[in-house]
This record gives sequence, structure tokens and C-alpha cells, in this order.
Amino acid sequence: MTPVFNPSSPQAAPIFTLFVFVLLSCIVILALVAGLVVYACFRYRRRSGEGDPPQRFGSQKLEIAWTVAPFLLLVAIFIFTARAMSNSDPTPADASSPDIVIVGHQWWWEAQYPKGGFRTANEIHLPAGRDMGVLIKTNDVIHDFWVPQLARKVDAIPGYPNYLLLHPDRPGVYLGACSEFCGEEHAWMRFRVLVTSQSEFETWERQQVQIASAPSELLSNEGARLFQEKACMKCHTISGTEAKGEVGPDLTHFLSRHKFAGELLDNTPENVARWLKNPQQIKPGCHMPNMQLTDDQVKSLTAYLDGLQ
Amino acid sequence: MSDIPIPADSLPVAAEIEAENKRSLLSWVASVDHKQIAVMYLLTSLFFFGLGGIEALLMRLQLAWPGMAILSPDGYNQIFTMHGTTMIFLVVVPSLLGLATYLTPLMIGANEMAFPRLNAFSYWLVLFGGLLLYFSFFGGAAPNAGWFSYAPLSEKPYSFQAGLDYWAVSLLAIGVGTVATGLNLIVTIITLRAPGLSLKRVGLFVWMVLVNSFLIILALPALNASLLMLLVDRQLSTHFFTQQGGGSPLLWQHYFWSFGHPEVYIMVLPGFGIISETIPVFSRQPIFGYGFVAASTVAIGLLSLGVWAHHMFAVGMGHRWDMTFGAASMLIAIPTGVKIFNWTATMYGGAIRFTTSMWFAIAFLITFTMGGLSGVMFAAVPIDWQTTDTYFVVAHMHYVLFGGTLFSVFSGLYYWFPKMSGKILSEKLGRWHFWLTFIGFNMTFLIQHVLGLAGMPRRIFTYPALPGWGIMNLISTIGAFVLGISVVVFLWNLYVSFQRGELAGDNPWNAWTLEWATSSPPPLQNFKAVPPVRSRRPLWDLAHPEDPDWKR
Repeated sequence: MTPVFNPSSPQAAPIFTLFVFVLLSCIVILALVAGLVVYACFRYRRRSGEGDPPQRFGSQKLEIAWTVAPFLLLVAIFIFTARAMSNSDPTPADASSPDIVIVGHQWWWEAQYPKGGFRTANEIHLPAGRDMGVLIKTNDVIHDFWVPQLARKVDAIPGYPNYLLLHPDRPGVYLGACSEFCGEEHAWMRFRVLVTSQSEFETWERQQVQIASAPSELLSNEGARLFQEKACMKCHTISGTEAKGEVGPDLTHFLSRHKFAGELLDNTPENVARWLKNPQQIKPGCHMPNMQLTDDQVKSLTAYLDGLQ
Repeated sequence: MSDIPIPADSLPVAAEIEAENKRSLLSWVASVDHKQIAVMYLLTSLFFFGLGGIEALLMRLQLAWPGMAILSPDGYNQIFTMHGTTMIFLVVVPSLLGLATYLTPLMIGANEMAFPRLNAFSYWLVLFGGLLLYFSFFGGAAPNAGWFSYAPLSEKPYSFQAGLDYWAVSLLAIGVGTVATGLNLIVTIITLRAPGLSLKRVGLFVWMVLVNSFLIILALPALNASLLMLLVDRQLSTHFFTQQGGGSPLLWQHYFWSFGHPEVYIMVLPGFGIISETIPVFSRQPIFGYGFVAASTVAIGLLSLGVWAHHMFAVGMGHRWDMTFGAASMLIAIPTGVKIFNWTATMYGGAIRFTTSMWFAIAFLITFTMGGLSGVMFAAVPIDWQTTDTYFVVAHMHYVLFGGTLFSVFSGLYYWFPKMSGKILSEKLGRWHFWLTFIGFNMTFLIQHVLGLAGMPRRIFTYPALPGWGIMNLISTIGAFVLGISVVVFLWNLYVSFQRGELAGDNPWNAWTLEWATSSPPPLQNFKAVPPVRSRRPLWDLAHPEDPDWKR
């Protein structure tokens, strides 16, 4: 239930260990303080008729004891901290040629795979058991890339790209979220990391490199025409067509995603149609305007998008 | 020296008090009396506490279950921005400044602040700053970039409505007022102490106010300057905090937190001061280790100026800086721990009277320790890398500011309300208030630690229906409503007790510091003559001529 307690990478694991160590130390101290306070409350409560007790003003020995003891504990915590830092956040071997470039946008994540030359959105695929160097950037305000089971969180700051090493242990789906307040739809800037075996990952890569499948029937053909005509192409890319916009997510393989709109919606034809009809009603403030499409236009565009495997 | 008399004319006659208590309506605008201004501070913070509380309840309603639609996304962002800004600048700080303004002159045997008119000016800046901030609701939209207003989100291209301009201007007004109060308190404490009352003898509350005031004049100007830069960015298209044109969004974070972290201690040191007064009086013991409590305050004050970047571990400053600021932040735990142990030790060997004030002080010891310990966890940098900007932080910081500062303010209000009003707050209602607050508080915030570890980020208006998230948020929301009820009980207690509470007399708690040597409420001129001060507890010495502190 708590991903911080369920690390799935050599980077997240030392943070978990450190967390447990510090948490236990804190619980011991809390129990000590609470115990002392509660004991005093029972032992030294005023009995009726009791006057002022003998006055005590302090004890140098005790003061030294409770200055030095916490200091020693903090030194221990600091040493563990320093070790966990270098284990959990190693410098990527080759920071100049990242495997993935992640770009935060209000309110979705773009994942560029420079080596394969393709882009995807909100769903980041990784192979298990391999180092992946990630460059984290932003296109507008400050965002923060956080997948608790895989790594520390890292801000995406204008003008200050950050590097992160990802190395998932095992296949699985790992949820992530933007963790720096970034405006109206900050809540729906979620994403997922899909970790597969090396061979499955390579299959996926090969599929992503291909250009979009051509529309095969009348309805989706009409949708493809509308996509170019209705200014969709100004913001979205569909490789193999005229659409080369880079404002919104790349839709070349739209159907291969499980969710869209920053994990707000499941990728079903009904949801796609609702979204196309009026995105502002579903995700108020998002940068996709209401295109004033008729129901028929929505139907053909949905058919087109649902053919983009 | 067993024959020290209480100077006969130190106690004003009843008729005199009567005449002075008939304050005209005009006096609420024109007064420069530190006590009346302080009461206005307290009433102002009470008013904004109501508003900030309603905002909190709206947020908790919206978050009670996944997919609620009580607030729009932007509405939620406005409400959480206003909640944070209100609670920090218009509730916590003014309530502490109110207590400081009321008590500092009384506790040092002075009749006024050093600069009474400046004192009034400061108050009015805070009030009108607050009103201006709330006028933003009618002036288009409230600010919506969080109380920290990170650039470039707070810049014109991303926040084009006027809310952030209101935010910057009103905080500038409040900031200037607060700096003036800080100066005023420093000069008052340095120059107006009664004969014999050296800095080694003043009450610990005064000590904490002094250190706090230095922090105010060192930290607040950083905020004021950056607010001005933000305003100029927004209005005149300069580029202090935008990447285009050579500015830097990180610059804002450094400026803001170089104010913002000392601000955390500005919000908690006077609370430490209150606890250092109430625990000894209700334990019938002098504070354990006066010198250590005072010195640890100075240590906290100094360290607090060098830890701001621990708010920025996620920005990628590099391990060396992260480690430096992490170590500095850990060090603060030491003087803070010293205080906790000294307060606890004060209770040992005492005869504890369980008044509502003492209950809040005892609860403070536990809840503030929890907030302090989770603070140490954040100083262990990789833990911060995981938990920063999640509900773990929300829980931590409410344990410090609510379980710490606000509990101490309640302790102080139950303790000093008799001095301010002449009436004792109802202990029966007080007990209800305390237990509802304590239970509601822990119910609201304890579970938020778990939510943070479950991966719930802060400042989101809704969340997906992941396992456990709904029920944990619902528990938190129910706790918030228990807290809401506790506030109603408190307000009712204030009203009823003020109307027909038990008369307090000069010194209802048998306390030992100078504010209890004048009538309740004190006359316009606090003291006609101040009792002789030969130790830290002049009234103990008067009451126990056979065993005065100065003979020890």
C-alpha cells in the first residue's frame, strides 16, 4: 500500500533502509519523552492541600547528558544519511547522452527516447535490470518527477536540467506523480512507468519507431482528414502524416497507452469521445481548447485515434 | 530583607480601573496603548483564524473522497493558497506578536512599548494587509500559487490574474509592519526594563521574544525585497525570476526560504516562551535550567539562519550542498531537544495543577516532539528526497505549527486571559476545548504521514481511487470537523467567560513574574511602582520572604 516501503530498485532500497532506521530512532525518542511526561503527570500531580514543593533550579550534569546523547545519535544518522545519499543517487555513467529525456509540461509528461528517435506521453517504458540515464527538463514551470518505488524525486526546473539514474529490479507497473505544485491541474499530472524484460522492451521500441498505421475504413479516414483540417495537427504529432505539432502529446501510438490526460481517464473510445467533445469540462484549465466539434466529427476522430496502435 | 513591602500605590483603586475601562469607540482606532493594540492583534488573528479554518474545512471536504467536486481545481488552489498565507501571516504571527506586545512591557515592569505610535502603525499595516489580501476574492481572483509562490508559476505568463499582485502587495504591508514590531520589541526589552531586572533575570518569554525579534528583522526584509522583485517582474516585465532574459526561478527559492525558514522559528520561538512560563507556574517549580533554555533559544535563532536550502533538496543542488544543509538542520534538533528535556524536568518534583493551560502545555510537549522528530527525518536528505512535497510534509508541519505553536498559544491564552480581561476562562468548557482539539488534531494529521508515504503529493485538488487513499482521507476530514467543533467551543468559552466568568484578581495562578503585580486588567499606566526585583521571580520573593530566590 505504501510504495516508499516497497522499493523496487537499488536506488530506492537504501532510502527505505535509512527511513526505517531513522523512524525507529524517532519512535524510541518519542516513547522516552512521552513516557517521562506521562509519568510526571501521575507521580507529581498536586494532592489537595499540598503547598509548593521544594524548589529545584537545574542540574548541569543532566544538561550535558541530554545535549551529548542526541548529538551522538545525530552523528550516527548523518553517517547513514551520507551513505544512503551516494547509494540512492549515483551519477549516471554518461550524463551527456541520456537514454530518456523527460520533459514536464502543464499537465502531462513527455518521454523522448533519443536513441530510438520517438516520443511518448505519460507512460514511460523501461527494461528491468539495466541502468537507464534520464535527463529531466521542463517546458514551462517547475515540475517534479517522482516514482517512489524506483528513485528519489527530482525537480524539473527551467534552465537547470537534472539527471537521474533509473534501474528497476523487476517488471511491473510503477505509479508516479508530479510532486511540485505546477498550477491548475497539478493533481492530474500523473504518469506510470512500465517495466518489462529486455526483450519485451526491445519489441516495444521497434513498435514505437514505426510510423502511424494508416486509417483503414471510411470513418477513420474522415477522422484523419479532420485531424489535419481542425488544427489538431498544430499541437500534436502523428508520425508519417503532416501533423508535427509539439505542444501536446505525440499521438502516433495513442492506442498503446492505458490512460490519457495525465492518468485522469482510461483509454476507452467513450472517454476519448467525451474528451474530444469538451476537454475543458473534463480537465478544466488544460491547454487543449474546446474545438467545438460536432458529434459526427467526434465520432470520426475517435475512430481515427483508436486506430493508432 | 524579609520586610520588603508591596508598594501601597502599586494597586490602582477600583474607581480608577472603572474609568479607564470605559473605552470609547474612538479609542479602538486612536489608541497607542500596547495592551489595547495587543488585544486588537489577538482579535484580528482570531477573525482570520475563523476564515483560515473555514478554508481548511473546504479543502478537507473536497479531499474527503476521490473525485469530489465541491471546489473547482482553480478554486481549490486559491483556497489552499489563502489557507497557508492566512494561517502564517494573519493568525500565527499576529497572535504571537499580540501576546508579545501585551506581555513584554508588563513582564519587564514597563508602562509602554518603546515606540507606542510605531506599535499602532504596525498593527494597522497588518490588519489592512490582511483585508487587502481578502479583497482579492472580490478583485477578480484570490492568489493561487501557494503560500510560497514559486516562480515561474507566480509570474505573469502562468498566473495572469491579479491574485498574485494582491498577494505581493498585502504581504509587503504585513511584512513592513512586522519588521517595525520586531524593532520596537528589541528596543523595549533593551531599554525599558525595571531597575534590577537584568537580562539574566527577565522571564523566558521575554528572552524568546527578544531572539524572535532579531530573527524578524533579519529574515522579513528578505521576503519584502523578493516580493517587490516579483511585483516588478509582474508589472514592469523585468526578469528577476524568469529564465528568459537571464533571471532564475531558483533565485526566488533561495530568497524565499532564506526568509521562510527563519519564519518557521519566528512562528515557534514565542510559543517556546509561553510554555516556559506556564509549565513552571502550574508545576510550582522554577524552570529547570533557565540558562540552558535561554541559550538554546539563541542557538536555534543562529542556526535557523543557515538551513533554508533544506526546503530545496529536490531541486538538485548537488550532494555537497544537500549534505551541508542537512547537517545544519540536524544540529537544530539539539537545542530544541534541550528545551523539551528542560520543560519535562521542570515537572519532576513539582506539584502539578492540571488547568486547561497546563493540559495544552503537556499536549504541546508530546505533539511538538512528534513534529520535531519528523523534522529530523527530513534532514536525513534521502528521506526528504522521497517525502518532500507529499502529505508527510503536511503532517509534519502541522505537528509543528498546530501541535506546537497553536497549542502553546492556547496554553498562553488560558493563562493570561485573566490578566487581560479580569475574568477566568471556564475550566469546564476549557477541558472540552482541549480534548476536542487534541483528538481532532491527531485524527486529522497523524494519518497524513501514512498518506504521504503512500505517495500522495501535496497541493492536489483530488486524487485517484488508489487502495486506502479514500478511507485515510475521510478519517482526516472527520478529524478536521472535530477540530472545527473545538474552535466553536473555544469561541463560546471566550464569550461566556468574558461576560460572566469568575473574577480573576491580580494573580489567580500564584505566578511569579511582574505582569501579575498589577491589577487584572492592568490600568492604562501599567505600574505606579514596580516591586523590587532581585531575582527571576520577584513575586515569589515577595510571597516567601523566608526563602527568596536571591538568597540561593
